[in-house]
Order: sequence, then structure tokens, then C-alpha cells
Amino acid sequence: MSKVSEVCRHVRSKNAGPFWITVDVFFRDRAAFERYAESPELQVPAIAALFDVDEDSIKRFVLPNLQVLKVSYPRKRPQGGALERDMHGGQQYLRLLDVELSSMLA
Amino acid sequence: MTSRLVDTVNILVPTGALGAGVREADLTAGVAAGAHGIACDAGSTDSGPAYLATGQSKYARDSVKSDLAILMRAQAAAGIPLLIGSCGTSGCDDALDWVRDIALEIALEEGLHPRIALLYSEQRPSTMMALAEQGRMEPLAPVATVDPAAFSACDRIVALMGPEPYMAAIEAGADIVLGGRTTDTAVLAALPLLRGMGVGASWHAGKIAECGGQCTLNPRAGGVMIRVGRDAFEVEPLDPDNRCLPSTVSAHMLYENSDPFFLYEPGGMLDVSQAEYHAATDRVVQVTGSRFISRPYTMKLEGAAAGDYQTVMLVGIQDRAVLAEIDRFIAQMHAYMVHRVKETMGDRVAEFDISLRPYGWNAVSGDLIGPPLPAPREIGLLFIATAATQELATQIAKTCNPVLFHMPLDVDRELPSFAFPFSPPEMERGRAFEFKLNHVVHVDQPDELVRVSLINAGASVHVQGQ
Repeated sequence: MSKVSEVCRHVRSKNAGPFWITVDVFFRDRAAFERYAESPELQVPAIAALFDVDEDSIKRFVLPNLQVLKVSYPRKRPQGGALERDMHGGQQYLRLLDVELSSMLA
Repeated sequence: MTSRLVDTVNILVPTGALGAGVREADLTAGVAAGAHGIACDAGSTDSGPAYLATGQSKYARDSVKSDLAILMRAQAAAGIPLLIGSCGTSGCDDALDWVRDIALEIALEEGLHPRIALLYSEQRPSTMMALAEQGRMEPLAPVATVDPAAFSACDRIVALMGPEPYMAAIEAGADIVLGGRTTDTAVLAALPLLRGMGVGASWHAGKIAECGGQCTLNPRAGGVMIRVGRDAFEVEPLDPDNRCLPSTVSAHMLYENSDPFFLYEPGGMLDVSQAEYHAATDRVVQVTGSRFISRPYTMKLEGAAAGDYQTVMLVGIQDRAVLAEIDRFIAQMHAYMVHRVKETMGDRVAEFDISLRPYGWNAVSGDLIGPPLPAPREIGLLFIATAATQELATQIAKTCNPVLFHMPLDVDRELPSFAFPFSPPEMERGRAFEFKLNHVVHVDQPDELVRVSLINAGASVHVQGQ
């Protein structure tokens, strides 16, 4: 098992418009991408649980050319308002960093 | 290496946002390299709903003026069109007029005489409500319904324009086009589309360059040039020491997009799922395979409104006993504050919210953190009172002031005094603003909801008394 932070060179999150957050996971190299991008911990059910959103609402993309996994999910409330804590969504990726990943290779 | 494109339409994109910084050297380099037009965007929803709800600009007036002056000088010297979208952050009418006035001021100061087209796309809430009742609105996920009342609840609504009003303004002879809210992509794609370049290549090039240097190896090193052809386009940094790589260019499709392959624009959908990114040189990337699929013409709507008022206080805490049990301390404090407000203000505040956010602990996530994390050395505890009026929010803050200042961890302890940085500690923050709409409106013509005016800058100077 390895943590997301250990197998990635960069993980980021940002608003994708006022109603969505998108998270980009850049794996360290081709080997790390092939080993972990399809880990169960990075599939839709696990992502939904991590960000506390419905599975049906999640968009998930695997981009082999960039060795990237991208997930997008709707905000619970639109950006702004009295309860906002992260206006640009730029700190939401932190939830992923300590997730332990199972290797998909023997 | 891939052979270079010929007979392209070249767009100099000096910055990702007017007011964020433009370098004169980039303009000189881009014009010398054969730019046919200068285009950039000046707005976004990214910084939140306040800018649309109030019509205020995110960037300082002097920053916008400094950038715009560089662009207007380059426009005049090169005799090529300058297109700027989403003026004044939100692109509402007041924000566009604010940028118009800055442009007129620059024209007078610099002795320039451009013909300026203004494209207005703010919409009346009552008109949008009527269109909703006619069934011309469609919700966008995660919003699932069209509630006509949502439109009338907005202080301001803008419709995102496509490239057509910009193309028409250039054809009508405008030297400079200042647009209200527009998709970032459309402002950059307008001139290549007008001059007959490939539709897929024009839109995709616009998307890649919308944040200026964000698609380069060093995003802080200025803007880019896009060269749009019939079946492909190229992107190149304006700074000779900066580089575009196939990975930096293709990765830009991830940025602030919920879907990296399909982008919905006013008249269709950009499909980059088959696009290929090649190195044309060690610093220029060529892109092929971009497609644009026409769809019924829609304009995305953005709407915002002012909500309740807030008054905030900040206190610093280094007390080691408190920091060892922050969550219990804050839960107790919150309960006691709510009790004190109800006890003293009674029915005067039917609805209010008190939020305590310990910066240095869990203020950003709001998630509870259990042991065994070590206690922080200090926290900044932000208090936020939200209520229907500023006066009520401030009275709630004043009611809570002694609690925020002196609350002990346990009742048998001596009263502590935490560290306020200000006197008085409460700060009236004004209103909290909210986004209200996530819809598109179907239109019969791209300019159906757009109003255009043409002015001649610097042409009619009238000095009183002479």
C-alpha cells in the first residue's frame, strides 16, 4: 500500500464553475499510473464516500497520455454564500493525499 | 518534427485576465511575429459571486488601466483588432461601462482614436423569468429544475456570449471590442472564425490559450500566440525563453474543467477526445483532430444576489490547555454564544448563524480531527455572525465578544484573556453573496439577447470654456 501523496508528483483541486469541484491527480510516472490509477480506492464508490457526494454525480476520467486521474463532483452548495470555507475549491484535494492505494499489479 | 502550418490567423493572447499583468515586450514580440489580432478575457466567476452581484471589478482600477493602455497602444501601432471579453470581472453592464470609461481615459491621455464596440449581455431578471415560463430555459447539472422564481431572485444576471457579436463588431469596423460576459474561448476564437479558419481548431485554440501562459512550462512568463489554420493550430509562448510542450498544452484541458474532452459552448460542443498534440519545435506545439459539433444555440446564464449580512472577529489563542482540546473548547463556546444571543436579544433575532473557524486547526475543511494529532502552537479563531441586517450581525458579535475573549476550557479555571489584534475587534463585512443560476437559455439568434453600441474614442474632446 502507498499513499496518494507518495505516488503522485502533483495533486490539485479547483472550481470548475460555481457548481463543481474538479480534482486532478498527476501520477509520478508511468509505472505509478499503471499500478494505482485503477485502484479500488480511486474508483467512483470510494471517491463518493471520501467527498460525501452521490456516486451518480461523479465524473471520472483516466488520461494515460498525461498519467492523470481526474474526478469532478458537484458542490454541496454553490460557491459563495454565508457558509463557504474554500471559495476557489483549491484546498479540497487534501482529502485524497493520505488515502492508501492498493496496487493493481502483482 | 511536424511541418509548420501556413496561412494561419494569429491571435496574440497577452494575459489570462486583463488586470492580472501584461508585458509590453510580449506585445512587441507578438506583433513582430505576425499577430492578426489581440484578444483576452477580463473576467470569471472563479473569485465568487460578489463581483456579479455588486458589479464591482476584482482587479484594481490602476492594474486594469495599466494593462489596457499597453494593449491599446499596441492595437493602434499595429492596426489590428483588440478584443476583450467579460469586462470588469462579471461582464455585467456596470462593469463593462467601468472598463469603457478607462479605455476612453487612456485614449485621451495617449492621443488615440479607436472605434470601440461595446457588447452588453446583462439580462433583466423579469425578462429571464418570462423566458423561463415560456420553456426556453434548461437546467445544467447538478441543478435539475427550472424555477422561474430563481431568476427574479437575482440582483444581476448575465448571459455568456459566443463569438458572433465580436465577429459582427469587427466587420462593422471596430478597432476595439469590449464585451460583457462571454465564454473565454469565444473571445479568442472570434477572429479565426471570422477569417474562415477551421471551426474545431479555432475553438480548441481559444480554450488552450484562455489563461494566457497557463498552457506553457512557466505560467508566470507572460502570454502566448495561437496560430489557427484550417485543420490544426499551433501555440507558442511570447517569451522566447518559455516553452510549450505537448504535455503542458494538453494538460490545460484539465484546468477548471469538469470534463477534459467535451466543452459546451454557445452554438455547439468542442470535442477534443481525438485531438493530438505534437511538438512542432522544442517550444511550439501543434494540435490536430479538434472537432466542433453544432448544436442548438444556447447561452449560459450566471445570476447572483446579495444574502444576509456578516460581522466577523478574529482572536489569537496560544493557551496550551485550550489547544490540547480545541474541538471540545469550540463546541462549548459555540453553545454558550448561541445561548447568550437568545437570552439577551430574544425575538429580535429569529434567525442567525454563528460560525467558529479555528485557523491552524480545521477551519478550511470543517472536519473534526481526532487525536493523536499534536496540538498546534497557536490558532486564529475566526468568529462569523450572519443575520438579516448588519446591525443585528454586529449586535450578535458584541454579545459574543466577552465569550470569545474570556471563555475558559472548564468552569473551575481562571478566566483567560485571548489575543485580539484590533480594537474594536468586530469588523462589519457587509453581505454574503450567492450564485443563483446554473441554466442555459435557448435563443433564435446569437445576438438576440445582446445590445451593441459603437463609440469613437478621443474624437470629440470638448474642453469647457475654450
